[in-house]
Amino acid sequence: MTTLRVLAAMSGGVDSAVAAARAAEAGHDVTGVHLALSRNPSSYRTGARGCCTLEDARDARRAADVIGIPFYVWDMAERFHADVVEDFVAEYARGNTPNPCLRCNEKIKFAAVLDRAVALGFDAVCTGHHARLEPIPGVNGRNRLVRSVDIGKDQSYVLAVLSSDQLGRAMFPLGGITKDQVRKEAADRGLAVADKPDSHDVCFIADGDTRSFLHGQLGSAPGQIVDTDGAVVGSHDGSYGFTIGQRKGLGISRPAPDGKPRFVLNIEPVSRTVTVGPAEALDVVEIEASQPIWSGCLPPDKPVDCHVQLRAHGEVHPAVCEHVGDKVRINLHEPARGVATGQAAVFYDGDAVLGSARITSTR
Amino acid sequence: MSNLDAAGPGPESLPPARPASASPVYLDHAATTPMLPAALAAMTEELAQLGNPSSLHNAGRRARRVVEESRELVAEAYGARPSEVIFTSGGTEADNLAVKGMYWARRAEHAARRRVLATATEHHAVLDSVGWLAEHEDAEADWLAVTSAGVVTPATLAEAIERDPAGVALISIMWANNEVGSIQPIAELAELAAERQIPFHSDAVQAAGQLRVSLADSGATALTITAHKIGGPVGVGALLLARGEQPVPVLHGGGQERDVRSGTLDVPAIRAFAVAVQEATQRRADEAKRVAALRDDLVAQVLAAVPDAVLNGTPPGPGRLPGNAHFSFPGCEGDALLMLLDAKGIACSTGSACTAGVAQPSHVLLAMGADEARARGSLRFSLGHSSQQSDVDQLGSAISEVVERARRATR
Repeated sequence: MTTLRVLAAMSGGVDSAVAAARAAEAGHDVTGVHLALSRNPSSYRTGARGCCTLEDARDARRAADVIGIPFYVWDMAERFHADVVEDFVAEYARGNTPNPCLRCNEKIKFAAVLDRAVALGFDAVCTGHHARLEPIPGVNGRNRLVRSVDIGKDQSYVLAVLSSDQLGRAMFPLGGITKDQVRKEAADRGLAVADKPDSHDVCFIADGDTRSFLHGQLGSAPGQIVDTDGAVVGSHDGSYGFTIGQRKGLGISRPAPDGKPRFVLNIEPVSRTVTVGPAEALDVVEIEASQPIWSGCLPPDKPVDCHVQLRAHGEVHPAVCEHVGDKVRINLHEPARGVATGQAAVFYDGDAVLGSARITSTR
Repeated sequence: MSNLDAAGPGPESLPPARPASASPVYLDHAATTPMLPAALAAMTEELAQLGNPSSLHNAGRRARRVVEESRELVAEAYGARPSEVIFTSGGTEADNLAVKGMYWARRAEHAARRRVLATATEHHAVLDSVGWLAEHEDAEADWLAVTSAGVVTPATLAEAIERDPAGVALISIMWANNEVGSIQPIAELAELAAERQIPFHSDAVQAAGQLRVSLADSGATALTITAHKIGGPVGVGALLLARGEQPVPVLHGGGQERDVRSGTLDVPAIRAFAVAVQEATQRRADEAKRVAALRDDLVAQVLAAVPDAVLNGTPPGPGRLPGNAHFSFPGCEGDALLMLLDAKGIACSTGSACTAGVAQPSHVLLAMGADEARARGSLRFSLGHSSQQSDVDQLGSAISEVVERARRATR
């Protein structure tokens, strides 16, 4: 095996700690780095966020001590704010539904951090993501992204935005084991983070209340809620507070004529109009997506039969995808419900990622 | 016994240090110095002894004798009387006691004394104490400007005092800067304070091991010193406090130290402190010359390898700590340089305070007029009693490649 100089991004959580330990045990020359992403980190963890407090930085440092690798903190707060937080706010303002974890992988971990690491002499960046890298059949020397063996914890969706070059410098030592195995291995290795709760929420929204965070960023922007016939059925304080397919928190007092629940069908940020309607109206069969990345195959020159995933931890849909110009047209065999613009469409061949693109419109 | 051996965190239970992080080249004496063997031996021996120096029985008297003999040694070395030595837990506590305690005492005498004059380049122990007084105790912080070399001139201090002499509670100006090594004209500054009967405190933590420091000769009211910068243990220091000064205590309790500082005295650490002070004082003149020569060579080698590096602070000579070399490397991030040198076994410092391990741009360099990029691209190399020519040579042969690599990593 070639000994690589590996930079292990260590959040202070159990996954990245075990990933760093595995990389070191495999004989690589590993250096741990905690990414300071918050401008004003709070002292202690609250709720289910698991990477941005001083306590998390200490946990990462202790894990590095136990593994026996050097450890540093890199200040990525400015880049994170510009590339992830501001993008998150701007996307909601445009009526889209962003995925900040995906953006962080694309712009921070496997861009800003990777670039700095390579410049400083590292060969690869190692993270605790649950995904695998496997050689692309028939393509020499290139790896493609494959789902984790732990399907419930699989994170290939939020990594699918990475290019071949980025994947070529990535190391995911956990893709072949389950989360339960990760926790057991952490305990066996004497890593105190073995029992640390999983993080779920958006790391930069301290109380988990996305709508009030966006309200604080974007201010009040009142508008109307209309039904599919254009009749006004309610009002809101900012269209950014809604996501396609959302049912709860619409604040509509008058029930629908048919008595059935109503869902957000469309968000029109310029006129600030939110359209609601019945579940059936959420059905989508045609999707257009931009900025395609084909990391698991060559850019296809004809329509491809594949499975497409349209949100994190969502189900997969059989589809035909066609790369046209700088866009991808996706035709689903069966309708999918609640497809939000701004999310990624990720194309799978079985468990292997072929590529991804950003959803721009649906029909 | 065997249980303790097995259970405690000790070298046996730690993973073996990799050669890369073993830091055979230690250029961070301003952070802490290796203990002098004599100090280590004294401390080890004393740790096996019983006795609280406040106790009246034989064991207590023995411990008290060790403390008082140590006090006399420290007093003699730093131009103070034994009664002027207040042992503390270190420099930070001594600075807090001097700044807060003297402010409160002066304020109690005259409510109009709200002004605290301090250099913008103070160590955080003074900087943040003054800031806290301003935020919570109605003090008015008056930050003294420094020159681009980090020196506060007597004219600057005089002008600040004369704006409202009766309103000044105290003045605190460090003897030598911990980051850039610039030495202040302490005697001249203290004289200006004395003319107006204003208490004058100086944080002499960095100066104490390398320069001749005397409470009496300096004219200062109070000096902060600490053991671990001069070959003694961490966790013990002293405030040298002129007789008659009675700051309001920060720590209340048994009043062990002149009713100004409470807490059971740490006899082993105090004894080791005194041994280190004695040895450092005896060797100081020769050591200062030896270390200054190494430092001059270090500066020459770094500037030869990286011609656009900038030496910050006063020029090498009587105005600069003999063991200090502090550079800005244009186009580099200090933390990248530090990491690359660490990987080569060379230990140094960005010199500035950290927040959760993230290096902040140095307030010292910013006060000296540097922009944020220059402040971030800085490294401090500090030499001391364990430094050898080979340390300097290893840095000299590594620095060029490290700087080049760090430059590539700067976006």
